[in-house]
Amino acid sequence: MTRRHLFGWSTTNLVVLVCTLFPIFWLLMLSLKTPATIGDGRLIPASWSLANYKGIFEQGIFTSALVNSIGIALISTVIAVALASLAAYAIARLDFPGKRLVLTAALAIVMFPPISIVGPLFDMWRDLGLFNTWPGLIIPYMTFTLPLAIYTLSAFFREIPRELEEAAEVDGATPFQALVRVIAPLAAPGIFTTIILVFIFAWNDFVFAFTLTATSKAQTVPAAIALFPGASQFTQPTGSIAAAAVVVTVPIIVLVLIFQRRIVAGLTAGAVKG
Amino acid sequence: MAHALPRLRGRDRTTLSGRVREERRLGWMLCAPAVLVMLAVTAYPIGYAVYLSLLRADLRFPQDNTWVGLSNYVTVLSAGTWWRDVWHTLIITGASVTIELVLGMLLALVMHRTIIGRNLVRTSALVPYGIITVVAAFAWRFAWSTAEGGFVPKIFGWSFDPTATTEPFWNYVVVILTEVWKTTPFMALLLMAGLTLVPEELHEAAKVDGATAWQRFWRITIPLIKPAILVAVLFRTLDAFRIFDSVYIISAGNNPNLETVSVLDYNELLTRLNLGVGSAISVLIFLCVVLIAFFFVKGLGTSLAQQRGEA
Repeated sequence: MTRRHLFGWSTTNLVVLVCTLFPIFWLLMLSLKTPATIGDGRLIPASWSLANYKGIFEQGIFTSALVNSIGIALISTVIAVALASLAAYAIARLDFPGKRLVLTAALAIVMFPPISIVGPLFDMWRDLGLFNTWPGLIIPYMTFTLPLAIYTLSAFFREIPRELEEAAEVDGATPFQALVRVIAPLAAPGIFTTIILVFIFAWNDFVFAFTLTATSKAQTVPAAIALFPGASQFTQPTGSIAAAAVVVTVPIIVLVLIFQRRIVAGLTAGAVKG
Repeated sequence: MAHALPRLRGRDRTTLSGRVREERRLGWMLCAPAVLVMLAVTAYPIGYAVYLSLLRADLRFPQDNTWVGLSNYVTVLSAGTWWRDVWHTLIITGASVTIELVLGMLLALVMHRTIIGRNLVRTSALVPYGIITVVAAFAWRFAWSTAEGGFVPKIFGWSFDPTATTEPFWNYVVVILTEVWKTTPFMALLLMAGLTLVPEELHEAAKVDGATAWQRFWRITIPLIKPAILVAVLFRTLDAFRIFDSVYIISAGNNPNLETVSVLDYNELLTRLNLGVGSAISVLIFLCVVLIAFFFVKGLGTSLAQQRGEA
């Protein structure tokens, strides 16, 4: 490793860091400006203030959106991963006609445009009383959380060596014991990674949240931010949006800081096998 | 066990051993809940959308629904708006996926090869991936908007507002940059997955033969990771074609110069409350995505077959 190499890589890495993190830095600076200087176009605030943060937590719209977002994303993630674990285990371990079809269908559904089912859902949800409710979002979230979980989990399950189950059976364990004592502990990291990835997807949704909710009863963060009112009729909500954006980005940064290796493994596991 | 299956099939297709039948039944049983839920939440609404697209249906007068056959499709396809918005969507998709492929390849090489701070680089690349798209769109809109105190127009001394101008070029610049920033890391991770499969010995051998880094990249790396490139481009193309969040936020929902097919559909369904025509647009968007996927999968199949043939 020559000094020139080291210098070259440091510079390259620095460029990557600046490109990926600068927009976050800009949002943070914007959120710390005072309402009077929010429009001054300066990168670094002329005077610092936490007024925007105080504002969003006092309004109530944002806090209820946070609760809705976390609750709805968590519930749909847990249901999806539970159902997907069964299917993915079967796809990775058992031989039965139609398993390629299930996997292909899952992959196709992940990629399908959510706006295509907004019309029917909007129509049905109003009749069924599901419009602007938690289940009204959790159900459509299954369209992407479930196939994504099946796809990622089956890639992880395939990597668990089959010999371990066979060895357990030879040692006299029943298939159920083999599953609980041998497979489950080995599958846990993959399941955990899948939960993170699926949660990020559900947490990100805007199309369903924006079209199938109307009030703070079920509105999630992306929809609430998009509809933020200004502090008064004549002020723009720029500062509140920036502060809310920073608040919801912090957990994501913490997640990727702690689980970087797992997330990278989860995203690449399925892709390698095509 | 599974490896006994081909032999059994060869001998007799009709009588399966109890073990194999047991395995099939268990497989179907374990898949059934997930498959049923997927059918209920996607196949059923899509079917319902097809049905609605054949009706004259206005959400304000639900009792007046009448069967109109394909006339909603005629309305959509004969109006200029649909084709204009398809064009807008294709511009955004084409430009962002092309830029992302180049930048994503660079980022993948950096993440794969860097000798220092590998974890730091990978972690920072995951930040745009994990961030909410709406948040990303606001970050870029605020940075470029003169009215909302952006620093970009100030630095360049622009008197116009790139996000509000009627000059479409600048609207597209902001949207495409947002897309590129948000999704290049995803592209890079898929490409990196391909890079890890390229044997280091091939590079060493080529080096001994005097190949430059550039030659090795084009002659060894690219051909070997072609399937990974196609998968990454397919995923991103389909994802870009359904673009809604960033366009809606950056154009504040009502800039006709920047209207994509998803935004058009949203406006038809939820602003004009025209469920019939809106559903026809929904079905058309769905068909476009199926068409794009079909061509890619065909291309991917040929490239995989070629690779196997060469090996």
